[in-house]
Amino acid sequence: MRLCGCSPAAYGIWCSALRRRSFPRSSPTVKMPVGRWHFHQGQGRAYTRFRLLATSSIAAVTLAGCSDGVLSPHGPIASAERQVLFNSLGIMLAIVIPTILATLGVAFWFRSSNLRARYMPDFEYSGRLEMLVWSIPAMTVLLVGGVAWVGAHDLDPRKPIASAVDPVRVQVVSLDWKWLFIYPDQGIASVNQLTVPVGTPVSFELTSSGVMNSFFVPQLGSQIYTMAGMVTRLQLQADHPGTYRGLSAQYSGNGFADMRFTVDAVPTNGFPQWVTATRRAGPLLDAQAYADLAKPSEAVAPSTYRDVAPDLFNSILSAAMPPHNPSQLTYLASQGAKK
Amino acid sequence: MNLLGKLGWSAIPFDQPIIMGAGAFMVLAIVAILSWVTLKGYVPYLWREWITSVDHKRVGVMYFLLALVMLLRGFADAMMMRAQQAVAAGGAQGYLPPEHFDQVFSAHGTIMIFFVAMPFVIGLMNFVLPLQLGVRDVAFPTLNSVSFWLTASGVLLINVSLVVGEFAKTGWIAYPPLSELQFSPGVGVDYYLWSLQISGVGTLLTGINFVTTILKLRAPGMGYMRMPVFCWTSLAANLLIVAAFPVLTATLGMLLLDRYLGFHFFTVDGQGNAMMYVNLFWVWGHPEVYILILPAFGVFSEVVATFSGKPLFGYRSMVAATMAICVLSFLVWLHHFFTMGASADVNGFFGVMTMIIAVPTGVKVFNWLFTMYGGRVRFTVPVLWSLGFMVTFVIGGMTGVLMAVPPADFQLHNSLFLVAHFHNVIIGGVVFGVMAGYNYWFPKAFGFMLDERWGRWSFWCWLIGFYVAFMPLYLLGLMGMTRRMQHYDNPAWQPWLIVAAIGAVIILAGIVCQIVQLVVSIRDRDLLRVTGDPWNGRTLEWSTASPPPAWNFAVLPHVAERDTYWVGKQRASAQPAQPVPQQQYEPIEMPRNSPVGFVNAFFAVVAGFALVWHIWWMAGLGLLGTFLAILIFAFRDEDEIEVPAAQVAQFDLVHKAEVAI
Repeated sequence: MRLCGCSPAAYGIWCSALRRRSFPRSSPTVKMPVGRWHFHQGQGRAYTRFRLLATSSIAAVTLAGCSDGVLSPHGPIASAERQVLFNSLGIMLAIVIPTILATLGVAFWFRSSNLRARYMPDFEYSGRLEMLVWSIPAMTVLLVGGVAWVGAHDLDPRKPIASAVDPVRVQVVSLDWKWLFIYPDQGIASVNQLTVPVGTPVSFELTSSGVMNSFFVPQLGSQIYTMAGMVTRLQLQADHPGTYRGLSAQYSGNGFADMRFTVDAVPTNGFPQWVTATRRAGPLLDAQAYADLAKPSEAVAPSTYRDVAPDLFNSILSAAMPPHNPSQLTYLASQGAKK
Repeated sequence: MNLLGKLGWSAIPFDQPIIMGAGAFMVLAIVAILSWVTLKGYVPYLWREWITSVDHKRVGVMYFLLALVMLLRGFADAMMMRAQQAVAAGGAQGYLPPEHFDQVFSAHGTIMIFFVAMPFVIGLMNFVLPLQLGVRDVAFPTLNSVSFWLTASGVLLINVSLVVGEFAKTGWIAYPPLSELQFSPGVGVDYYLWSLQISGVGTLLTGINFVTTILKLRAPGMGYMRMPVFCWTSLAANLLIVAAFPVLTATLGMLLLDRYLGFHFFTVDGQGNAMMYVNLFWVWGHPEVYILILPAFGVFSEVVATFSGKPLFGYRSMVAATMAICVLSFLVWLHHFFTMGASADVNGFFGVMTMIIAVPTGVKVFNWLFTMYGGRVRFTVPVLWSLGFMVTFVIGGMTGVLMAVPPADFQLHNSLFLVAHFHNVIIGGVVFGVMAGYNYWFPKAFGFMLDERWGRWSFWCWLIGFYVAFMPLYLLGLMGMTRRMQHYDNPAWQPWLIVAAIGAVIILAGIVCQIVQLVVSIRDRDLLRVTGDPWNGRTLEWSTASPPPAWNFAVLPHVAERDTYWVGKQRASAQPAQPVPQQQYEPIEMPRNSPVGFVNAFFAVVAGFALVWHIWWMAGLGLLGTFLAILIFAFRDEDEIEVPAAQVAQFDLVHKAEVAI
């Protein structure tokens, strides 16, 4: 069962989502808190069947989780989102699985060739059943709806992550077809490569030079659209050092498939070193360099800029906005960091 | 000024072997069919009985045929995508370059939604509604023909784009700014826009026509609460068409103004707001999925009740659930873009609303379950499709509710998980429903049954193929793979994409089985011949002959209760020795055939093509032609023919004699 390093974590959450279901007392490969489930010999067959189902779903889910997908989170947002996913799935499976089994069971038992089944040609209404029929989905939706409402607020992309450390600000611009990351406080920038310190919230402001894209690092959490003339905001954090895949999740034209970037989560003390090293080399990102960069290009190799023209992000933003109200613009762009 | 606008020889992609091959095949097939039809001398027959027909049954059959042909086209696109993604891993680029791959997925989505799913359900409604309501035709028969031919115009335009020019490279939703002139200067988006505008007019007219039919034309005594559930779900679907399609037309119209006349509704500059398009598009887009699924729900309601030998359980609940879905479907559109930065309150509200719509849907599933409970379920092909639907759709509904949880959607939006979800509900819901309806009503339409064995094969191939093709996509979505990727660098995705491609091949086998089923059934039609009521049906369509005469019912039925035909049969068998009163037949007025739909559509194609290529004189000519066609029709002297009472009587007596045997 244990396919790779990340499976026990996924398994534990899976189990908690399926609480009050019976599991066998021991499993040779996966550790789990057995004390919460009570095993009775008499229910062996049902167990075997359920174990088969559970095992196969878990196998599938962990397989998915093992690669660098959304089920192997490396940050608080992605972890919380996975929890929400499992909770919702658990609540719904509790009703969906019995419904499917009942459908197949009823259809099979009441097959016309089964002489033991009772034919009730007038059974077309029952107030109690109607009550049940409306309340079962309503109750389920009440639970999942609660998860959705609370989750939408707890995991609002713009909500700052509670942390003792000051967030790192990054301004993201999606270009045809590459990502530009500007570090306004450090005065540096990079293309298709995002370096962030571990354990530190990263506060993103995002916009686009033209068409829409969606900024997405599956292992860190929420994606958010980038749109010209508009700023969207996102707060993420990496908890473990490592390299994570980032991509655009909104189709944006010919070079879309190569619109990938890597996220390097470096140890806290490694980040200033990287900033210093970046400041020493590479070109300057001024208006001219930006205009060159903004020309459509595909499969662009990662690179860095030692210096960035001040307020470049705002000027990209205002290029797509009415020119007569720049004050409001600056306010909008800086608002996210102050929040 | 250039007489041919932007059109030139460069518009035809001679250097693209795949496109030229497909185009040549298409042209050859059309030429072959046309010459066969001409040589056999079928042209006058086709013109008289089909092309100019305003009979709702004929129009319904033509809608269905159109959808079947386009299903093959859309499915060919699907196979190309699955093949491309199965090979384009790591550094490999596959066999489709981005320009081509992007057109393929855009065409696949557009065709499958607008020119497969829509004509399928509209075709079913066309054929079934007047028969179930116990009337002789829809409210506006000629308008019905106009609607059909306008849809066919859209189909023709989108197929022309394969060979002359290009199709949109924007995805089927064509979000600006990508679909604006600045980023898509080619004619692809224009083909998309004009084919949807033209067919959209047809769909809106259909909606008006059917709503009027259901509200104003019902057999004497058929109150609303005596209508079959299929009529209720059709009413809801058509109300949604009337409310939602104008939004689509206006939205695409604004994009057209941007592209043709330099407006700035959705552009990057000039204070355009692309998000407005996204909002408006989904204000139409979410009701659209209920326009597709509600008639399918109606089919399942009819099929499950008929083959369980029982009335539908909880009829009132079903009606309430249908109308609840109809209203709620307008309150959920924002769940298509939780990831565009709306506030937590907005996201939360639309998430919860989306879940609430799952309640009436869940009620329907339970009601079908209780309809089977205590029944005698005959496992015919329509029942297989219905059971396959109930299982599959519940899973699709669950993943839908999962994605309605905003934080889950932040991770799953635009991933292959989403692709798997909507195929799960559209194939598992709409396609399965259409197939159930096709097998169920085919004997009514043609007077012989569809072959059972090939029908079963088709069902199992579709069902298994669906799971093999789309369960891997759920996993791939969780693995972080996003949609519309021409190639990818993550080798871990490839095995699952190969499995998905195998699934698509199994579905292809299902489609082949369906074609074989049709061919075999036509070959053996004399063995499969049936009278009016092969399934022991419950609703009025089974009370008339198969195929029904042009006038449907010799004498309009009187309806005194729900499932009136079934109740009548029960009474007759309870007291067999009743002398049948002598039936009085009267002459029937039927609408006269009219070429206006066809002529109008011809000019619509001319206008659409000319507008795509900026050939202004031709566009003017086309628009003038459509206008004149309608104008001339409006000045007609007679629009009805009278079927003499003797003919009606003779047909009816023969039918009754056949039933008695």
